[in-house]
Amino acid sequence: MNENLYKYILGVADNNLILGQRLGELCGHGPNLETDIACTNISLDLLGQVRSYYQYAAKIAGDGRTEDDIAMLRRERDYLNVLLVEQPNTDFAYTIGRQFLFDIYHLLFLNELQKSKDLTLSAIAAKSIKEVSYHQRFSSDWIKRLGDGTAESNSKMQAAIDSLWSYTDELFHQTQADELMVEKGIGVDITKLKSAYFNKVSEVLNEATINIPESKWFQKGGKEGIHSEHLGFLLSDLQYMQRTYPNMEW
Amino acid sequence: MKKNWPLWEVFVRSKNGLEHRHFGSLHAADAEMALENARDVYTRRNEGVSIWVVESKNITASNPENNGELFEPAQDKIYRHPTFYDLPDEVKHM
Repeated sequence: MNENLYKYILGVADNNLILGQRLGELCGHGPNLETDIACTNISLDLLGQVRSYYQYAAKIAGDGRTEDDIAMLRRERDYLNVLLVEQPNTDFAYTIGRQFLFDIYHLLFLNELQKSKDLTLSAIAAKSIKEVSYHQRFSSDWIKRLGDGTAESNSKMQAAIDSLWSYTDELFHQTQADELMVEKGIGVDITKLKSAYFNKVSEVLNEATINIPESKWFQKGGKEGIHSEHLGFLLSDLQYMQRTYPNMEW
Repeated sequence: MKKNWPLWEVFVRSKNGLEHRHFGSLHAADAEMALENARDVYTRRNEGVSIWVVESKNITASNPENNGELFEPAQDKIYRHPTFYDLPDEVKHM
């Protein structure tokens, strides 16, 4: 099996799974009916995309593992998502801030992944782009509404961005598998997306009257499997049924 | 928050060539948000190709209390339906 390609796919796909799970937690708990449905729609988009990635990863693994095994039966250290997406739904400003900081990256990333020499990955990227364009529109609109809303909504949105900012730099961290895939023309050289990302993020935050955090201190580790304290709890929720009733189906 | 959001009526065209039909209502702060909410609430199962939203307060509705004078007089005017013509056999689909 091509270990590096397998890891590369997980590094892309796990972001979708974990963020999808986070948004799914809001099902029935959103601020109101309309945003509740919007967040769970985004969740389902991400989970739909992740199935394609995991099906492909299962094929690469070629040892009888299925997409479900990959999603449900790994240990915490084997998940390769960035720290940003595992951060909790502290309040709606955090949910939107996390979504926004990821969506801007996600769309830039998929635009490049479309050009991958790996035809399966480029096809998944092409199919996902319309969905993610909408996600970005939705989260950017809400950043502006909350940032440029009332004094209270502005201070909550600012607090969320300040707190999540330290997770942005990791989006552009390349693992060894990433670098090898970039060399082969399969992976996206994400280091090249960094300035476009921060330009776009700044543009929206400026419009939202949110200050861009000045801190230069950033967290990383998720892409190497070293996670924040939140992921374990998320996984125990996600994996509970499969761990308690192995192989159950419905 | 929700208390301050006005109510909007949502009209969706399910296919090109068909008319927009009333699908339901929702809450939103302004027209742009109403469109996004309508997209998420009413078209997520592939129901539409076009959405109209209009703030509910802009709709003028007939008063149900006046139904008697407005609609009952039409109930016994069956001659207003074109049902008294003999149609030639050649005319189909009537």
